[in-house]
Parts: sequence; C-alpha cells; structure tokens
Amino acid sequence: MALLEIKNLHVSVGNREILKGISLTLDGGEVHAIMGPNGTGKSTLSNVIAGRDGYDVTQGEVLLDGRDVFAMEADERARAGIFLAFQYPVEIPGVSTSSFLKTALNAKRRAEGKPEIDAMEFLKLVKSRTKALGMADDMIKRALNVGFSGGEKKRAEVLQMSLLEPRVAILDETDSGLDIDALKVVSDGVNALRRADRAFLVITHYQRLLDYIVPDHVHVLVNGRIAASGGKELALELEAEGYAKYQGAAA
Amino acid sequence: MAVTRETAATVKEIEQYKYGFVTDIESDKAPKGLSEDIIRFISAKKNEPDWMLEGRLKAYRHWLTQADEEPAWAKLHYPKIDYQDAYYYAAPKQAKLASLDEVDPKLLETYKKLGIPLLEQQMLAGVAVDAVFDSVSVATTYKKKLEEMGVIFMPISEAVHKHPELVKKYLGSVVPYTDNFFATLNAAVFTDGSFVYIPKGLRCPMELSTYFRINEKNTGQFERTLIIADEGSYVSYLEGCTAPQRDENQLHAAVVELVALDDAEIKYSTVQNWYPGDAQGKGGIYNFVTKRAACRGRNSKVMWTQVETGSAITWKYPSCILQGDNSTGEFYSVAITNNRQQADTGTKMIHLGRNTKSKIISKGISAGHADNTYRGLVRIGAKADNARNYTQCDSLLIGSTCGAHTVPYIETKNPTAHTEHEATTSKISEDQLFYCMQRGMTQEEAVSLIVNGFCKEVLQTLPMEFAVEAQKLVGISLEGSVG
Repeated sequence: MALLEIKNLHVSVGNREILKGISLTLDGGEVHAIMGPNGTGKSTLSNVIAGRDGYDVTQGEVLLDGRDVFAMEADERARAGIFLAFQYPVEIPGVSTSSFLKTALNAKRRAEGKPEIDAMEFLKLVKSRTKALGMADDMIKRALNVGFSGGEKKRAEVLQMSLLEPRVAILDETDSGLDIDALKVVSDGVNALRRADRAFLVITHYQRLLDYIVPDHVHVLVNGRIAASGGKELALELEAEGYAKYQGAAA
Repeated sequence: MAVTRETAATVKEIEQYKYGFVTDIESDKAPKGLSEDIIRFISAKKNEPDWMLEGRLKAYRHWLTQADEEPAWAKLHYPKIDYQDAYYYAAPKQAKLASLDEVDPKLLETYKKLGIPLLEQQMLAGVAVDAVFDSVSVATTYKKKLEEMGVIFMPISEAVHKHPELVKKYLGSVVPYTDNFFATLNAAVFTDGSFVYIPKGLRCPMELSTYFRINEKNTGQFERTLIIADEGSYVSYLEGCTAPQRDENQLHAAVVELVALDDAEIKYSTVQNWYPGDAQGKGGIYNFVTKRAACRGRNSKVMWTQVETGSAITWKYPSCILQGDNSTGEFYSVAITNNRQQADTGTKMIHLGRNTKSKIISKGISAGHADNTYRGLVRIGAKADNARNYTQCDSLLIGSTCGAHTVPYIETKNPTAHTEHEATTSKISEDQLFYCMQRGMTQEEAVSLIVNGFCKEVLQTLPMEFAVEAQKLVGISLEGSVG
C-alpha cells in the first residue's frame, strides 16, 4: 500500500478553485518535490493535507496508510503521522521550546498508548537531537520561535520533525529565508531522517534546496494542476528554463 | 433568589426550628436573615469574649446605615442580593458523606484531572476520612514544630481566646469595619479563618496553608484571615486549595489583613477555583473579597499572587499600603473568566513612605461570554519621595463574544514619583492553534499551552507544587472555550 495517496484532489477557497485535480502517490522511502511559481496552489496543497481550516475539498481524497485523512481533525492527522514543516513557524510567547516539544511528544505517545515520557529521558533525547542539528543547548529554554532567526526557526521545525518521527513530512518552502549555511544544516537534518518507511513532500519555489535534499520525483504544479512529472533532472531543467512553457500549456 | 438557593437546600431542615435559637447554642444552625440576635448567636457559638461581640455589633450597626451603599462602581452585573434571605450561620455546611461514591462524579473528574491524591480528594469533597489518614498526623507534626519556633497558626476563633492581645491590636487595623460594605458585613458575621503570627527574626521554614486545617472546622462563607509578620520575619502563605472548593454557600465575603513590620516579608498566594456557575450563568459563587496588606515597617515587603479561575462574580483588589520607608508591594494576578463569569479585579498600591516601590503584573483571560476587568489604583502620597511603580496589564481574548477592560487609576501628589503603565490586548490566533494541533495537541491542550505561556510571569511566582496544579487548572477552566 502506498504511504500517502492523493487522488483527484479539487480544493476551493471561497468561489475560487485553487487545486484542480491533483493526483500523487508517495511510497515509503521516497522524496517528492513539488515545484511551481507563486500562487499556483503549493501551500494550499500542504495546508489541506495538514488540515488547516478555510479550504473546501470539493472532490477527491487523500489517504494515509489507506486511512481517509479528511475524516480526521488536524491533531488526529498529526498523531497519525502527518507533519508539516511550516514556511512561517508561529511564535508562542511564554512557552519554552522544550515544554512545547514535550507536550507534542506526549500527545503522540498517548495516542500510541504509551505513558508520558520521563523528564530525564526527554531531556536526554532532546539533547541528542539538538546536537545532531548543531543547535545551541539553551535554545530549547527559549520561548518557541520568539526572537528566533530564520535559520533557528527552520532548525526548530526539523527538531520537532525528528522528535515526532512522522510517516509523511511535508516541507513547505523550508528554504525561504535561509542563507546557504543554514540551508545546508537544515537539509542535513532532513536527510538524516530519510527512512524506508517515511516519505517526504518537499514544496519549493527554487531548485537550490533540491541540491541538498535530492528528490526521487519532481512534479511541476502550475495553475492547480500537475503539468509535468519527472526525476531530479526535471528540477534542473526548470531552473534553466523557468515555468513559462508549462504556464503556457496549462492556460 | 439564586444567591441563597443552594444554602437554603443544605439547611432546609431548620425552617422547622422556630424557638429559642439564641439560647440553644448546641444547635449548629441559625435561622435565615441578619439581626443583632443572629450576631449574638454566632458570637455565643464561638464562646467569644465581650469585646469581640461588641466589635461585631458595632460593625453590624454601621452596616445597617450602609444598606443602600453596596458598591456599584465595578463592571459587574448581578441581581440585587437580599441579605435577609441568606443564612449567616450553618455549620457544618454539609453532611459528611460515607464514601466517594456519593460525591458528584463531575467533581471527581476534575480532581482526577488535577492529579489530586485520593485521600485529599476525600477531604476536599467532605467525605469522612478514616483514622488512618496520614496527612492529619503529618499536619499535627508540622504544627508542633511550628509552635516550638514561636509561630502561631490557628483558627482565628481560637486565637481570640489564646492570643487576645494580638487579635485586639491588629484585627481591623488594616481593613477597619467601616472600610466598605462587604468588609463591614464580614466584620459583623465572620465565622472563622486563619490567624498567623511569625515572631521576630524567624524565616518560617515551610509554606503555611489552609490545607492543614481542612480536617478541622468548616470555615464558613465569611472568612477572616489575619497574618502578622514581626520584625525581620518571613512567611509564605497559601490560601484555599488548588482543588475546586465547591462551596455550597453562594455569597462569599472574606476579609484578609496582612501586617508586615520592619524588614518583614509576607508572600500570600491564592488559587481560587470556586464553582463558576454553569455555561448559561446559572449558579456559582459571588466572591466579594477585601484583601489588604499594611507594609508598616521599614524595608517591609508584601507580595500578592492570585490565580482566579472560579466564581461567577469576582470583586477583589488585594492591596498594599506602603507606609514604611523603602517598603515594597507586588501584585501578580491571573484572572480567567469563561462562559458567563465576570471578574472585576486588580489592586491598590498606596505609597506613603519614602523610596517605596510597587509592581503590578496582571494577566486577564476572557472567553465565552465573559467579562474581565482589571481595575487598579496607584496612589503616590505627598511625602512619598522617590516612589516607583511599574504596572503591566495584559489581556487575552478567546473568541469574539467576551470582553476585556483595563481601568487604571494613577494619582501622584509628589513630583519625584515615577510610574509606568503598559497594557496590551491580544487574541489567541488561528495560526497558533493550528500550529499546535499540527503537532498533535488537541485543541484544548493547545489553548491551555498558549494561555499558560501568556500567564507564565505570574504563575512562576507561585510556590512550586502550587504552580504545577495552577497550570492544569488554567487548562481546565478554559475547556470548551474554543468552538
């Protein structure tokens, strides 16, 4: 069974149809990249899968391990293994990164019928992960995302991903706001999480990120439709030639 | 009327009791209404000396002249209270239950969420506890130790007999019986409360808590607490319980007086979680409380922390009179109102001495159809050279049908005064909620986490064990606040 299946997905916001029939299949161990110009529905796709309010699914379905994703609330989807690395991670004043992580981790453990994690065990776990991501130890004491630099925010997203061990990780424009060094660190973090039973959906505007997180499949999303699919070389082609020819074709 | 409906139910049987209640001091009930006879009855029940009775009667006679002076300036709406339709003495308030099976399961569920141990649950719910109750003996052991150090910690009704000189000297010295309508009423009819005296130079080594006295007498709806910290002493006092005190009496008018002498420090923490009424605003406690501290000595310090999550109506302004030079007053408050709850709460910092400092941190959270008002006064007297105040009032709104109001008063009569006031109002954003839920938290967990973050500055001033339970309480009191 495919890990994540998107079948003929149509999504509207208000009266405007944004996604006009998307179909994608992600198997375990795969990295799929979705590329496309601005305003073409990339973020809509990630938000709809993760369960943000404000989108109408008019047709189609999304299945996670064969389960109907749209029958679940956002938090249930998360506990079932869908993780969204946000383009703009939200600040939560007064809530330390470590207590946020612990609350999230325990929510997942509870869903799995496991007891809450012991405080010492948790600290050990987080420390090992922050170290791997080259993060300063004191970062987990700071309020989540408050006053974080762009790089710190994205690292914190990857840290959460590594603790929550999702089945499907969606990276929404993770490269935005990152300098080349931060991009490398974040990409290394993501690559370290690649596993045979996990899939990644990497949404990006630029080819740059895909130099570091090398995809198995690349899809071009234009005007709410997948205009072309191919291997990693498709990304390079897009970088050289732009989206113009697909935009023309889709119109 | 709503205020007394539940009380009425608990003491219904006394309706049949028609004669001679004044002489029958064996009876634990007084009939409805307020009169000199009732006050004499209460005083007799407590076996009080004449000077106490005189004090009560003086307050009562003053209260009669005040009958139309019930404060109306707060942003609170409730039907007029008929004080003759209330019971002023009914102890024990509740029949002892044989086991937890007889307790409202909803209440037990809340206890469970708060992680309160079973034995404690039994005590709180008013279940008769077996002789083998560890905490009782533990409490007794503590008491003995405290006594050896010279700490006096007992019900105020007992202190009246054992330490009349202290009670005479300090009772009513911070909140005089003429102070306000509710304080006057309390001075006339208070039934019990705590009395604490910390001797010179002693740093009280443990938190004093009403918890220790739970197994003793029921304190009734009009509590009176008096804490005196003698020169150079320190005490931390925890009021109430982290557990919901489902007081069946609906009108609650307490008075708390704190006195800090030279170099003394008092830390007073409250977690108030009385029954807030149901989602439609039916029932719940009317909480009219006067709390005031006198920083009488040089370098004295009083710190109030309150976490107010319960009660249908909260009218409460724990204050500091900074008389001693270099004295400090601090007020940290979290007030949460949900559904139809109303809170009008804040503080008064009255600077009289030189170099006095005060700090006010107030966090108001409003959800449902609730109204939450911060009302505070900072007054700098003419002789209070170099007084300083810092005030920060933050309001958080959940949903679009609740209200948050900030009413600060600043009066300075001294040109060297420095006062600062900062205020913010914000809402829990959809983005924050979605972000937390995308990490697997339920909506209620997310709200609790975000609100706890908002209140952190205040919650971290609570003693450790208390803080943990207060955090849970924050979440519980906002359950169902996000649609």
